[in-house]
Amino acid sequence: MKMPRLFVRRPKDEGGLALTRRQLLAAGSLGAAGLLTRGGRKASAFQHEQHLRDHFGNTTVGEVDTKIFNPMTYLEEFDRGKESIQPDGTVLREFQITSVDVEIEVAPGVFFPAWAYNGKVPGPTLRANAGDRVRVNFTNAGRHPHTIHFHGFHSAGMDGVFELVKHNETFTYEFIADPFGLHLYHCHTPPLKRHIHKGLYGTFIVDPPGGRPPAREMVMMMNGFDTNLDGENEIYAVNSVAHYYMRHPIHVKQNELIRVYLVNITEFDLINSFHSHATFFNEFRTGTKLEPDNFTDTIILGQGERSILEFSYREPGSYMFHAHVSEFAELGWAGMFEVT
Amino acid sequence: MSKTEPRAKKTSIAWALIPLLLIALMAFLLIKAGPRGLFPGEFPPIEELTVGRVKLEPGKIVLVVTNGGPSEVVVSQVLVDDAFWDHEIEPGRTIKRLRSATVTIEYPWVEGEPVEVALVSSTGLTFPHSIEVATETPPIDRKFIITFGLLGIYIGLIPVLLGMGFAPFVRTLPRSWLIFFMAFTAGVLIFLGIETVTEALESAEALPAAFGGIGLIAFAAIGSFAVIFAASRWFRKRTGGDRRVVVAFLVAAGIGLHNLGEGLAVGAAYRIGQIALGAFLVVGFALHNTTEGLGIVSILGDKKIAIRRLALLGAIAGLPTVLGAWIGGFFFSPTLAAVFLAIAAGAIAEVVVDVMLAIKEEGAGAASGPPAMLGIAVGLTVMYVTGILIAA
Repeated sequence: MKMPRLFVRRPKDEGGLALTRRQLLAAGSLGAAGLLTRGGRKASAFQHEQHLRDHFGNTTVGEVDTKIFNPMTYLEEFDRGKESIQPDGTVLREFQITSVDVEIEVAPGVFFPAWAYNGKVPGPTLRANAGDRVRVNFTNAGRHPHTIHFHGFHSAGMDGVFELVKHNETFTYEFIADPFGLHLYHCHTPPLKRHIHKGLYGTFIVDPPGGRPPAREMVMMMNGFDTNLDGENEIYAVNSVAHYYMRHPIHVKQNELIRVYLVNITEFDLINSFHSHATFFNEFRTGTKLEPDNFTDTIILGQGERSILEFSYREPGSYMFHAHVSEFAELGWAGMFEVT
Repeated sequence: MSKTEPRAKKTSIAWALIPLLLIALMAFLLIKAGPRGLFPGEFPPIEELTVGRVKLEPGKIVLVVTNGGPSEVVVSQVLVDDAFWDHEIEPGRTIKRLRSATVTIEYPWVEGEPVEVALVSSTGLTFPHSIEVATETPPIDRKFIITFGLLGIYIGLIPVLLGMGFAPFVRTLPRSWLIFFMAFTAGVLIFLGIETVTEALESAEALPAAFGGIGLIAFAAIGSFAVIFAASRWFRKRTGGDRRVVVAFLVAAGIGLHNLGEGLAVGAAYRIGQIALGAFLVVGFALHNTTEGLGIVSILGDKKIAIRRLALLGAIAGLPTVLGAWIGGFFFSPTLAAVFLAIAAGAIAEVVVDVMLAIKEEGAGAASGPPAMLGIAVGLTVMYVTGILIAA
């Protein structure tokens, strides 16, 4: 009795049939993707696009201009500064940061009036080794006063809280990189909420002595944008552009060790989260120890919290990663790894 | 004298041309240079988008969006229930001032549940639109035409004709009761007029601000009042017809225009699933509109007219409901509704004036006597009471 009912459910309606056809198509592209991934990227990218349109629906439409900010480049770009050896034999790293007022594209065709370190949101990923002397020459070219507040040990005068740097003024922050781990920097000028959500933040990595095991390293800053300025985010993402890694998957190798430096700088929402499909990861909370704290596939981070995640994929294919807060995922915080 | 006359005329036109040219020049300069040339400083763009028609098909949402703001708006993304969604926009993402675009979204909406669609502009502003209860929009086919036609006939034509069945009874009434019934018609019309104005104002609220809802309504209402006022007098002079008969036709026309608006509203509401037309509601409309039929024959009083003309009166008053239901169901737009309703309001106001004048003709003080006052009060009350039945 069950079978015939399925067939006679909507006898004259094309809709039911069309849906079946579409599902078949999606299933077909999935199967084909599995076969073709070794064949080449082009075929897989095409399959991927089909996949999104036919199966998903939940996607932004169009492309952002990556000439101004390229999320793919940002992912693996580390600024180690200008390196020099000091008289006492220790390393000095000098960084140049300028804050500017700039319009950024946070989803295809959607522009946000941002305040940005070096014209990009997030700002450059600064990287030093534990014990290095870090010198940051900061110039404020923006119209509002700004600062840079680093997480880590430093003296009170280097905290970037009380010394507001006005338009066209400069300030030099200097401290020893300590402790090792995954940190961040952001503007601490009141009103704080606005100065952060406008885009003044970046990742600050301090490597442990001897470094970490070799891996494919990438930075993911979980952020959001309140584009209509109503005190709630309209757009969520890792690295600013909604659904960017969904439309442009990150290519990695099978069994390759992947290390994600995950930072939560989302404003307005108390928490954000990260969920990896079809794999589990070691979590190093704040990266301040070399032994993992957790082995899981979903973690929650509060505002300003961060974790280093290490994982790999056992089989080739397309694997999603996204906020397990479904609302955030659907509003842009979702991406894909393409494993070959 | 005859030679200088045309010269004088030419001169006066030239003098009028100078300010006109200056206005044109100013408009040209303002458009060319923009207000920024005059007022330094950047103004944030004021964007305004209004969602008009919404069509729900299985797995699909279609919206018609109008830009009522001062500058063009680019719709960059679409959110459905707080999720970015794939979509297409015709003719394009850039909607110029006072232009419309159609947004088609493939979305698996859930029957009976609310859906919220938000358009995200290039500046990051969001324009939300709520569909309170998602239900499939009936496709326009033979069945649709028959259904909506029948809807109009049930709530418009049949009740009016039934009400006109009181004609033989009205003819037997003494004069004071005739006055009462004519005033009863005036009461009915006043009620309909108020109802129509309220509905017109409601429709105006949904209009893009640039369309100037209230002004549009005032213009349409006053215009229709003036046109009908002039037309009725011209008609009576030309045909030399009996005042009662002419006024009866005017009453039928006024009621007809009101019913067109009513049909529009009911058709549109039924189409988007806002009201479920249960038997109770149809009965309510029928009783309400039966009163309108009684109103028409009350004006005729003891005047006997051919059954053909009586049927014509009924058709004028009742058939527009059918037309309205079709229009409302086919391509409802708040702009259209506001204009139709305002025209009806103006017409009804004029007909009330004519009805009162007809009563006045019945004798000195007839229009202000107890039967007339009582008639108006009873007319209003009956409409109010039967109106309760329509509260969907």
